[in-house]
Amino acid sequence: MPSQGSTCEAPHDPRPLVLSLKGITKRFGPLTANDHIDLDVRAGEIVALLGENGAGKTTLMSILFGHYIADEGSVSIADADGKLAPLPGGSAQAALAAGIGMVHQHFALAENLTGFENIVLGTQSLWSLRPRGRGARDKIARLMAESGLAVDLDVPVARLSVGEQQRIEILKALYRDVRVLILDEPTAVLTPQEADSLAATVRTLAGKGLAVIFISHKLHEVLALCGRVVVLRGGTKVADRPTAGADRATLAELMVGRAIPARERPPSTPGAPVLSLRRVSVGALSQRDRLEGADLDVRAGEIVGIAGVSGNGQGALAALVAGLAAPRAGEAMIDGVRLAGADPAGRVAAHVGRIPEDRHRDGTIGSLSVAENFVLETISAPENQRAGLIRRAAIRARAMEAIQAYDVRCPGPDAAIRALSGGNMQKVVLARVLEREPKLVLAHQPTRGLDIGATTDVHRRLIAARGRGAAVLLISEDLDELFALSDRIAVVHAGHLSPALDAAGLDVRTVGLMMAGHGAGEAA
Amino acid sequence: MIRFVPRTRTPVWLSVAVSIGAGLAALALTAIPLALTGAPVFTAFALMAQGAAGNGFALAETLTRATPLIFTGLAAAVAFRAKLWNIGAEGQLYAGALATVALGAGLIEAPSYVLVPLVLIGAALAGAVLLLVPVLFKTRFGADEVVVTLLLNFIVLLFVQMMLEGPMKDEMALGWPQSAPVLDEATLPKLVSGWRLHGGLVLAILAAVLLHVFITRTVWGFRIRAVGENARAARYAGLPVGKAMALVGLLSGGLAGLAGASEVAGLKGYLTADLSPGFGYAGIVVATLANLSPLGVIPAALFVAGVFVGADSMSRAIGVSNYLADLVVAFALLSVLVGGLLTRFRIVFVRRGTA
Repeated sequence: MPSQGSTCEAPHDPRPLVLSLKGITKRFGPLTANDHIDLDVRAGEIVALLGENGAGKTTLMSILFGHYIADEGSVSIADADGKLAPLPGGSAQAALAAGIGMVHQHFALAENLTGFENIVLGTQSLWSLRPRGRGARDKIARLMAESGLAVDLDVPVARLSVGEQQRIEILKALYRDVRVLILDEPTAVLTPQEADSLAATVRTLAGKGLAVIFISHKLHEVLALCGRVVVLRGGTKVADRPTAGADRATLAELMVGRAIPARERPPSTPGAPVLSLRRVSVGALSQRDRLEGADLDVRAGEIVGIAGVSGNGQGALAALVAGLAAPRAGEAMIDGVRLAGADPAGRVAAHVGRIPEDRHRDGTIGSLSVAENFVLETISAPENQRAGLIRRAAIRARAMEAIQAYDVRCPGPDAAIRALSGGNMQKVVLARVLEREPKLVLAHQPTRGLDIGATTDVHRRLIAARGRGAAVLLISEDLDELFALSDRIAVVHAGHLSPALDAAGLDVRTVGLMMAGHGAGEAA
Repeated sequence: MIRFVPRTRTPVWLSVAVSIGAGLAALALTAIPLALTGAPVFTAFALMAQGAAGNGFALAETLTRATPLIFTGLAAAVAFRAKLWNIGAEGQLYAGALATVALGAGLIEAPSYVLVPLVLIGAALAGAVLLLVPVLFKTRFGADEVVVTLLLNFIVLLFVQMMLEGPMKDEMALGWPQSAPVLDEATLPKLVSGWRLHGGLVLAILAAVLLHVFITRTVWGFRIRAVGENARAARYAGLPVGKAMALVGLLSGGLAGLAGASEVAGLKGYLTADLSPGFGYAGIVVATLANLSPLGVIPAALFVAGVFVGADSMSRAIGVSNYLADLVVAFALLSVLVGGLLTRFRIVFVRRGTA
């Protein structure tokens, strides 16, 4: 029997209910991913959905979308007359037809098609030969005017910036006449200015009666934008309250279930430079993500943060440090040794610990086990092989220790790593990188897609590496992260790296403007 | 309604069960066209089984036919694991066969404990070098190895025909385009006197076991698996991607070359241009049926060989075309591909309208 949630409407909120989830329960074997969750969303409301990875947000949204069928409970959505009608489970078409739209964190756009083609894609019969013309154009133009989402519709999506691609995604949802719009981590890839513009758009849309469910890890955004916040933890709803009167610390505690220790960053005296770049250029001239004449020192015992919108040259910088690219011009040194060719194995040998941007693509090999991924870089070291034969027992034993030490939640060292959550996968990468006590750590977007708990853990480890005397180069798009960790911050824009300035003397606004291409002096 | 839920790991028993189920499904599917032609379905299958393994002689025939298939199946399995799409095992087989007669038909005179290993090494090297070229083209210039290896098959076969009509032609063969026979010292021993079954089978099984150990237990095997599964991450981790691919090329080509040596030095005794009825291509089928597992290649090769030998025998007895064998193998391939879905996903049946 589904448990009956309260159906009486809150007297102080006259806006009509658009979406109502009652007693949603979903079990996967012994795991209860959603335990009797009730969620009501009203027209014009912006509701934040908070929760750590594994709290049940994705499952809940998947049920709403018809990708999963709930074991118990019901989903109702307002029909055209505003009356709540049950939504048949397990049908994505039904969800779309009922007006539920979602913008995923990883966009679902056909990159070779134009914005216009992407928006109308799937809304017409496959048999029609030409894309719908005038009518669709007019409708999109009207939506753009109403929402303030301006974007060039006639260039291939691949040529648009991430922020512009996101606008196409939102327009795509609006074009399908959504009444409930779900935004999954929408600001993860945006500059602060782009995020502000998105927030303005969301407010405008909500003002016109759209119900918005906003999934985010960034608590200050949630507090600024949303009227109500729903917190999931371990599959149950632990809070459903107005944001008024809430603060970041309470929300974080609700999500994690325990107080989050304040990040401690003990003072550290930097030593000699470990990474040193002098007028270094990296990447072919035809490449957008390239570095031109960069100067940078990262000293032992300090964290230098690189801020910038992805694609402005930090990829080239990371490739250089990781050993995937060679400098085209200038002099790059690691620990006194001049870098010549592309040589990832050489970087491993030179005690450079590299945390790649994309742990699925570059950091791990999905079908290999946790233990095998742990020794991916060091398989030929004497502790891992003897006469070319893998020392399986020794590797397994050390992997077990690392699993303990880094608190990796997994079925064991022999489990395929792709079965792990993003946070646990990242812990394996961290264990691999940091166990070898590197002299230089490259942390490229080390917490992208991780929840608060895992993020805190990564930050703690990076600060510990700094304390041990490692030089840490932190490349991130998350300004909160950069300010929390970095001793000095440099901004990269269009291939040019600004001087690294003392983080204490910088503020988020200034860095945000520099990321958009304004000089430090101009921004101040 | 049916849903597919991804599995985090696949139990071994399930993989085995799916393979056996696929074999049975293939027979069931073959029964449909068989019945449509009015042939006696069960008699035909019974005769096939009898022809494949009904007596010692039939079984020996199946094992003889399976021998080159194990070699080419291993060649395909090791290459495909590293995502090196070697379609050229047929050509590498002929290159190995050519090396076998070049070395074993009188050029070198030595006792068999010297000549047999020499011939085998020569054949493996010939196949290996033939594949190494496309691999280097792939890693250096990005040339598509499917096209290069496939086209090399025709070049090698034409080269073999040229050699058999010219410099390697046996003057004693009454004008037939065939090579001189290999010396007795270069011939692989028969396993049972009077039967065609030869030492190549032992070598093939040994190769499967060694390849299994190599892939799972050695550093280079680890590198090959890593490169095959995610070359980007392997490169990021500093693994020698190019060398690993070159090694895969040497192994795969070498195994296919051994298939040629085994056929010439173990079975035929001399080289003709129709030495292989497509063993190189059938190796791809065998490797796929084996889910690219070196040990699985052995039963998969036995199955394919059994179907062909059994179908020949059945066709002689009741006149149903032995093309039936192609049908069974094709259906088996399709069944295994569908079965792969079962090993990667759990199938969950749900009643419509719950939730």
